[in-house]
Amino acid sequence: MTTIESSPEVVAAVSNASVDADSPSWLDRFIDVFTSTDHKVIGRHYFVSGLLGLLAIVVVNVLIAIERLDGADTVLSSEVIPQLLDAQRVGLVFAVLLPLAMAMSIAFVPLQVGARSIVFPRLAFAGFWMWLGGAIVTVVALVNNGGSLGGDSDMVDLFIAGLGLTAIGLLASAGTVVTTILTTRAPGMTMRRVSPSTWSALVFNLGVVLVMPVLVGTLTYLFVDHRNARTGFGGNAGIFDWVGWIFTQPATFLFAIPAIGMLVEIFPITFGRRTPARGVMFAGLALVGVAALGAVTQQNIQNLPWAGSQLSTSNLDEKTRDLVPYLIFNGLPIIGVLLVLLVALQIARPTSGMKVKVAPPVFFAFFGFGMVLVGMLGNLLYAVDDAAVQGTVFEEASLVYVVYGAVLGAMGALVHWAPKLWGRKMHDLGATALAFLGVGATILATFPLYIAGLLDQPAGVAYDNNDLQIWNILSLIGHSLMAVTALAFVLLMITSLARRGDDVGDDPWSAQTIEWATTSPAPRDNFVDVPIIHSAEPMLDLRAAASAPTNGSES
Amino acid sequence: MYALPSAAPPAPQRQVLVGVTLAVMAAVMMTGSMLAVWALQRREAIDFAGFWLPDGVTIPEVPTNVMLLAFIGLCVFGQWAVYSAKHDDRGHTILALGCTFLVGLLVINAQAYVYTQMHLGIADGTYAAMFYAITGFFVVLMIIGLLFTTVAAFRFIGGRSADRELLTAHALYWYAMAAIYAAIWFLVYVTK
Repeated sequence: MTTIESSPEVVAAVSNASVDADSPSWLDRFIDVFTSTDHKVIGRHYFVSGLLGLLAIVVVNVLIAIERLDGADTVLSSEVIPQLLDAQRVGLVFAVLLPLAMAMSIAFVPLQVGARSIVFPRLAFAGFWMWLGGAIVTVVALVNNGGSLGGDSDMVDLFIAGLGLTAIGLLASAGTVVTTILTTRAPGMTMRRVSPSTWSALVFNLGVVLVMPVLVGTLTYLFVDHRNARTGFGGNAGIFDWVGWIFTQPATFLFAIPAIGMLVEIFPITFGRRTPARGVMFAGLALVGVAALGAVTQQNIQNLPWAGSQLSTSNLDEKTRDLVPYLIFNGLPIIGVLLVLLVALQIARPTSGMKVKVAPPVFFAFFGFGMVLVGMLGNLLYAVDDAAVQGTVFEEASLVYVVYGAVLGAMGALVHWAPKLWGRKMHDLGATALAFLGVGATILATFPLYIAGLLDQPAGVAYDNNDLQIWNILSLIGHSLMAVTALAFVLLMITSLARRGDDVGDDPWSAQTIEWATTSPAPRDNFVDVPIIHSAEPMLDLRAAASAPTNGSES
Repeated sequence: MYALPSAAPPAPQRQVLVGVTLAVMAAVMMTGSMLAVWALQRREAIDFAGFWLPDGVTIPEVPTNVMLLAFIGLCVFGQWAVYSAKHDDRGHTILALGCTFLVGLLVINAQAYVYTQMHLGIADGTYAAMFYAITGFFVVLMIIGLLFTTVAAFRFIGGRSADRELLTAHALYWYAMAAIYAAIWFLVYVTK
C-alpha cells in the first residue's frame, strides 16, 4: 500500500488542468500555503516558526542579560523573572532548536532520497500544526503566570498541556521522516549511499521517536497529579525536577545532530571531493544519538562525584561505576562528533591541484559545528563535581552554545538549499557576513558565562560579586548581536524571496546529491522522473562523465 | 543541466508497516517511562509511609487477569486475519477482524469495571492520580486499536483485499498492546 498522495499520472493531469485554469487569487494561494501537505511547504513553516521563535527567545535572553548587569538589583518585577527563565529554557529547546532541526529534516530529506513526497504527508502537516498550537499555548501559559514557578494553577496546567502537545506534534513529524528514509529511497540508493544530512535526520528523528514519548508519559503524570491530587510530584515547582532532562544536556545534543551533519554535507562540495570513510562518519553521527540515553534514564546529569580527597585511587570499583555512565552519557557523543570532524578534515586535506569553492553555507556549517562541540565540551566539565560549576550559569552557557550552534547550522542549510525551496539564492556576501556575526555573537553570549560559572555566579539573575559584572556585560552584547543576526537573516531571506528574474540554475553549488538534479525551485512532486542511483555522489559522477571525453581523464 | 537516468516508479515499500512499527516503539517507550516513574514513586512511598496501595482500596483481580487472557485472543484473531488474507479468504478475514474488535471492546469494558470496583477518586492522592494516568493511557491505546481494526475491516469490506500489509501492521499493533498490558498488569495489578 502506498501513502504518497498522488501518482505521477494524476499529478500530470492536475498540472495540465491547472495551466488551463485561471491563475489562483491571492486568497487561494494563501489558503494553499496553510493547508498544503507538500513537505517543502511544511518544512518552510517549521523554518519560519523556528526563526520567529529565535527572535522571541533572543529578546528573552537579552532581558535576562540586562537583569544580570546588576546582580543585587532587578529591573523587571520579581514575578516576571522566573517566567523569563522558564521561557528561556523551554523556548531555546522547543521553539528554536527542535523546529529548526525538524525543518531541515522535513524540507530536504524527501528531495535527498529521491522521493516524490514525504510519507504520511497529512500526518507531517498535522504534526507541524500540533507543535505550533502547543507552542502558542505554552507561551500563553507563561505570559499568564504559568510555568514551573507560576502562581496561577490553571495556567500551570495549560503549560504542561501545551508542552505535551508540542512533543506529540514533533513525534508525529519525526515518524514521517523516518518512514520516508526507510521506505521511499530512489532505486539504487542503499542506506550506505544516503547523504550525511539524511543520515543525520534519521538519527535525530529516531531519537525524537524514542525521547518524546518519555516526555509525554511524564507530563501525563504531572498534568493529572497537578490538576487533581498535587501530592506526588512537588506541584508546579517540581515540574523541572521531572522533565528538566529534555531542556538540557545531553538530551539537547540529540537535537543538534542535523547541524553537526551539515559539516560533512557541505565540505565535499567545498573541496570537490567524495566523502571518504562514510561508515566512520555514519558511526560518528549515530554515536551522538547516544544522547537519547538522557531521556531513557530521565536524568539531566550523569555526574562524576569525585571531589577533593576522593580523587585518590582508593575504592576503584566504586569509581569505575561512576566513570562508566559518566563517559557513556557525556563522552560518547563527543567521540561521535570528533569522528565526524576527522572525516571532515580528511575531505579538506590539502593536495596539489585541489580547487576549493568557498560559499556561505560552509561558514555556517563550520561555525555551527564548532559551537555545538564547545557546548558539548562544557557539559563534559559541568558533570564533574570537582569543577564546582553545578548550579551556576555554566550550564546555561553550555545549552546556549548548543542551541546557537544548531541555529547557525540551520541557517547554513537554508542558505544552501534556498534554490530548491524558492528558486533563488540568498545574497552571498550578506550570508557570509551573517555567519561571522553569528559565531561572534554566540561566543560573546556564552563564553563569558563559562568564565562567570567557573567564578561561581549562581544560576538565575542574582549574584553578589561585582567582579562578575564584566562577563555579564559581554554576554548581553553577545545576545544583542545574535538578535541582530536573526533579524538580518530574516531580512536576507525576504529580499531573496522578493528578488525577481534571478535564475540560479538547477545546481548553483556544483553539488553532489540528487536533489540538485531537479529544477529550482523543486516541483510539487520533486522529480519529473525518479532517478536511478549508482553511487553516493550521483551528480559528481555525471559531471565526471561529461568532462571525461574533453580532458581524457577519469575521476 | 545534467540529467540522471530515470527509473520506473519504485514499488511501495511497506510504509504502513514501518509507520506502525515506529508508533508501537513510541507507545512502548511511553509505557516504559510511566512504569519506571510508577516504580520509583512506589518505592519512595513504601520507604516513607510503609504502603503504596491506599487503605481500603482493593484491586479486582479477576477482571485484570481476564484482560490479560483476552490479549491472547486479540493476538490470535489479528494473526488469523493476516493468514486468511494471504489465502484470499475474504469471509474469514472479516470474521477475524470482527472478533478482534469484539474482544478489544470487552477489554475496555473490563477496564471500566475495574474502575467502578476500586472506588478510587482521581484526586485521592498520588496513587490514584498515577493509576488513572497509566490505565487511562492504556484505554486510549485500546481505542486507537479499535479504530485501526475498524479501518482495516472496512477497507476489506470495501474490496481492497490485496492490502495485506495493513493487516500485518494491525496484528503487530495488537502484539505490542499485549506486551504493554502484560507490563502494566505485572507492575500495577500484581506487584501493586
